[in-house]
Amino acid sequence: MDFDLSLVNWSRAQFALTAMYHWLFVPLTLGLSFLCAFFESIYVRTENEEWKGITKFWMTLFGINFAIGVATGIILEFEFGTNWSNYSWIVGDIFGAPLAIEGIFAFFLEATFFAVMFFGWNRVSKKFHLFSTWMVAVGSNLSAVWILVANGWMQNPVGMMFNPETARFEMQSFFDVVFNPVAVSKFVHTSSSGFVMASLFVLTVSSWYLIKGRHVQMAKKSIVVASVFGLLSSGFVVFNGDESAYVVAQKQPMKLAAIEGLYKGQTAAPIVAAGILNPKKQPGDDQDPFLVKVEIPYLLSLLANRSLNSFVPGVDDLIYGNEAQNIEGVGPKIARGKTALQDLAQFKQARKENNSQAADLALAKFRKNQDYMGYGYLNKPEDAVPPVATPYYAFHIMVALGSLFPVIFAVFLYFTLKGSLVRQKWLLPIGLISGLLGLMAQQSGWVVAEVGRQPWAINGLLPVQAATSNLSASNVQVTFFMFLGLFTLLLLAEISIMLKQISIGPEGGTLK
Amino acid sequence: MISNLDYSTLQQLWWIIVSVVGSLFLFLTFVQGGQTLLWQVAKTDLEKSLVITSLGRKWEMPFTTLVLFGGALFAAFPKFYATSFGGAYWVWILILFSFIIQAVSYKYRTKPSNLLGSGVYELFLFINGSVGVLLIGAAVGTFYTGSNFTLDLYNRVTWDYTLMGINLRGVEAAFSLFNLSLGIFLVFNARVLGALYLLNSIDLSSTPDLETRLRKAPWKNFLISLPFCLYVLVCILFMKGFDVDAAGTVSLIGSKYLANLLAMPYLLVLLIAGLLLVVYGAFGTSFKQSDKGIWFSGLGTIFVGLVVLSLPAFNNTAFYPSKLDLQSSLTIYNASSSLFTLTVMTYVAIGIPFVLAYVAYVWKLMDSKKLTTAEVTDEESY
Repeated sequence: MDFDLSLVNWSRAQFALTAMYHWLFVPLTLGLSFLCAFFESIYVRTENEEWKGITKFWMTLFGINFAIGVATGIILEFEFGTNWSNYSWIVGDIFGAPLAIEGIFAFFLEATFFAVMFFGWNRVSKKFHLFSTWMVAVGSNLSAVWILVANGWMQNPVGMMFNPETARFEMQSFFDVVFNPVAVSKFVHTSSSGFVMASLFVLTVSSWYLIKGRHVQMAKKSIVVASVFGLLSSGFVVFNGDESAYVVAQKQPMKLAAIEGLYKGQTAAPIVAAGILNPKKQPGDDQDPFLVKVEIPYLLSLLANRSLNSFVPGVDDLIYGNEAQNIEGVGPKIARGKTALQDLAQFKQARKENNSQAADLALAKFRKNQDYMGYGYLNKPEDAVPPVATPYYAFHIMVALGSLFPVIFAVFLYFTLKGSLVRQKWLLPIGLISGLLGLMAQQSGWVVAEVGRQPWAINGLLPVQAATSNLSASNVQVTFFMFLGLFTLLLLAEISIMLKQISIGPEGGTLK
Repeated sequence: MISNLDYSTLQQLWWIIVSVVGSLFLFLTFVQGGQTLLWQVAKTDLEKSLVITSLGRKWEMPFTTLVLFGGALFAAFPKFYATSFGGAYWVWILILFSFIIQAVSYKYRTKPSNLLGSGVYELFLFINGSVGVLLIGAAVGTFYTGSNFTLDLYNRVTWDYTLMGINLRGVEAAFSLFNLSLGIFLVFNARVLGALYLLNSIDLSSTPDLETRLRKAPWKNFLISLPFCLYVLVCILFMKGFDVDAAGTVSLIGSKYLANLLAMPYLLVLLIAGLLLVVYGAFGTSFKQSDKGIWFSGLGTIFVGLVVLSLPAFNNTAFYPSKLDLQSSLTIYNASSSLFTLTVMTYVAIGIPFVLAYVAYVWKLMDSKKLTTAEVTDEESY
């Protein structure tokens, strides 16, 4: 198959750019909306004006962040159409539904109550205002549900069948799509990691105030709420990260092999706690994939299959096959896929010529191999391997940081409750950078999920090169740089405004 | 009950739902219209602040409705979504750009250290209200005038309109006088609505100059929009349209949309009622000191929008016709999702009235008191 690889790569770059920019802001929205709701709940309960000030301060920062999250989000929905139109047609029958539901139920909830949250202080009752703040939190997390249902389906397509008449996949079970195990684990992992991100952000800003000796009371109060919320959610993220890894192992073994740098499958497989990959390593050769590594025995088997002595397939097993473990290689799948594509072409041609006999014949042949159709777009087994280094390092950064966060929250909580936080001069700088660490973990997580999915747009069914729009690469190059320029400009404006608002602090911080 | 509906009923139902969402968007473009009025009606910082704050409480509504419009088309008519967005690449990209810059402008305009200065954010709002709405109008115009694409056996789209060796990818829609007129009409109609909304929403007792300028705006902008509106109407009555026969073959036939209007006389009623309501709202506000004009002109805009979106889709018509290859044209029957998906989505749509109800309730609650000068000089302003 011939594809314009330059188009594919620019399209991927543009989508990755938009998604990663979007993902700078969204995790903060997911968590900070709840933190604002907590702060305001305390205010309504205690009727203490100080808590109202705290609520309004964090809401101001929430609003600045929310605006740019919305701006980068609208692009994502439409980019499926503009840059991945073939994808949009082939899977639109399934993929469009969660996006529409997200619009109907989540976005209007956010948009409607967002206005009350910012402009309703003197227009609606205190209780209704609190209710609105909670609705913004629910709405933003509800939108995460539906977009992750859509994303989960790309990772693990379920509940549909291919219809050769229309040349697309069609939905068979809505509930299979919604309760897709990958979607469920993704949503839980993503939203709780958003809670962690927002809690880290509160630590960052509050630590800065404590270092400067400004707004000390507000900073301390914010830290109590954020470290409790952060501790609970980061504990949950670690627990749920294990579940995510299990689901990946079951549904996307190639992704697991890549993020672990595992080429030769093993029973009782150890996990690589840390290590440097051998950059010269290729699938199928005999080189050691690692230059150096530190391993923990048995842990990968346990993580992947919940059994200490189980077999975890590596990249080589998955692409060249492993008879002993009953794994079919990619080579035969490609052959069957190419046959399926030929049969489908014959079927379409026969339909066009109104030759129903030939069409039925071609269809019957197509049915035998249709599950392998996506592999027909690949040329050699190695095409089925994602780039290993990127997801490997991203995964290890994410896990390392993710394990560090509960500790940070616990230490902050301990010293706050002891009343000696301000004296811990060593701790506050850690708090100060913790927000950045959170962003690193967030971005790494996204890289693991999406680079690890390559070469597939829809896992096992549609590789990215067959999913693009029919454009010349130059169009996408131009829009890529347009997006890059605009988003960077807006990001700089956002950071500049955010820093200024933080330096103004709560008293002068008008709710704009 | 829904599971008993047949396929074509669901396809028609979903085109109606999409049309309603699209028409609501056109009503909500009062935000965009207000953005383009800013420099003309508001001369002082206080006046600007009143206008922007008033619009800023509503800007997310058209934005979210546009996103829903896209989402609903993706779910219900994926072939249209894939063909139009992937084909007319540049039109959609430019529209999206105009909405990206809108989304940040309200929040960032008056914030200290906003990097670009408030003037640039006001320019962003102006671009969104003018170029954004114009291009959306031109894109809707192609429902009548057709586009330059072909679909292969796998329904993959190829777009082909070159000018000096460059494939324009949809931008050529703006070369059609019809599309352009529809776009300009929508821009000025949005300005009519914008002025009507601001008069309804702001307590103008302490800013009489702002009121004087706002009072003049609806009728003036209506008069500017009128020739474009009439041109579009006359064209629709006489232009050739894309007819689909019983065998599904598409052909161009004369006065197709006039025939559609006559075959669906309720659309004719809706169209006339809509136009009269728009006129009534604009006239009453400019000359009779009414503040309720937005509701009349707004409802009128929804009616007109429903007609504009229904006319090229029902009565055996191709709503997204191809000029290059008539048989590639999209109809609501060949572009829709599967029966199963439409059924599921129809169950989902039961939630829409509930959403509309709480949106209306909160709107009423927030707008029960007019926006005062005291409020924008206090803390809750943009």
